[in-house]
Amino acid sequence: MSTIPLIHFLIVAAALFSIGLAVAITKRNVIGILIGLELMLNAVNLNLVAFSRHDPTFLRGQLFALFVIVVAAAEVTVALGIVLRVYGHYQTIDPDQVSDLKK
Amino acid sequence: MCIGSALFILLTRNLMYAAFALFVALLGVAALYVLAGADFLAVTQLMIYVGGILVLLIFGIMLTQTPERQEATASNRVEVLSGRRFWGFLASVAVFCLLLFTLLGSRFRLGGDTLTSRSTLRTLGVELMTSHLLPFEIAGVLLLVALIGAAYLALNRNPSA
Repeated sequence: MSTIPLIHFLIVAAALFSIGLAVAITKRNVIGILIGLELMLNAVNLNLVAFSRHDPTFLRGQLFALFVIVVAAAEVTVALGIVLRVYGHYQTIDPDQVSDLKK
Repeated sequence: MCIGSALFILLTRNLMYAAFALFVALLGVAALYVLAGADFLAVTQLMIYVGGILVLLIFGIMLTQTPERQEATASNRVEVLSGRRFWGFLASVAVFCLLLFTLLGSRFRLGGDTLTSRSTLRTLGVELMTSHLLPFEIAGVLLLVALIGAAYLALNRNPSA
């Protein structure tokens, strides 16, 4: 079985991270920004897994990626709770229009 | 496939299409995990991201859909949007070039043999229960706190509204 070289994984992860950054900046919607964040977290996980292939006895990279997935799940849950509250309060989720702390 | 669907997320304007493109991108990342020899992590990715996070995102999109999204915006608003889009593209291209130069200019000294084709499940389980027990417990407590916090945030404290 021919294994893929490490540099290809790293380039794909870099492209994925950049696209996630662009999504998180250009979307005018909180959920769009969350999607960009998910893409960036996936890129970082891809790097961790690609390096973890060269650590076969301990697999620390995969363990770290596992914790990153757990934290991402918690983060998305809390963020969507906040988004629902903000939508109930402002009737919009455009972050440019949510400019008041208290109304 | 992964990069293409991620670009589609960036370019589309419909949020629902973006969510489905994210589905394809996450599947692509899971396939790359399999190719990198991380089978357990690929299954975890499928279960948590595709099964959990994506469903939550689609619920969020459907619950916060504003019905009037027609052209009620002025022309200056479009200019502001295009400006932000331009700076976003510029920043991401700059970051990508920086990462690419760094990656192509670096030489990784990789010690140790590469992973063989056996399953990673046993190693992950043993490591998680011996030397990484404290982060494991902290992750459990974090999930509990996130559950309670999200339930409290999503609670409707104003029944009249």
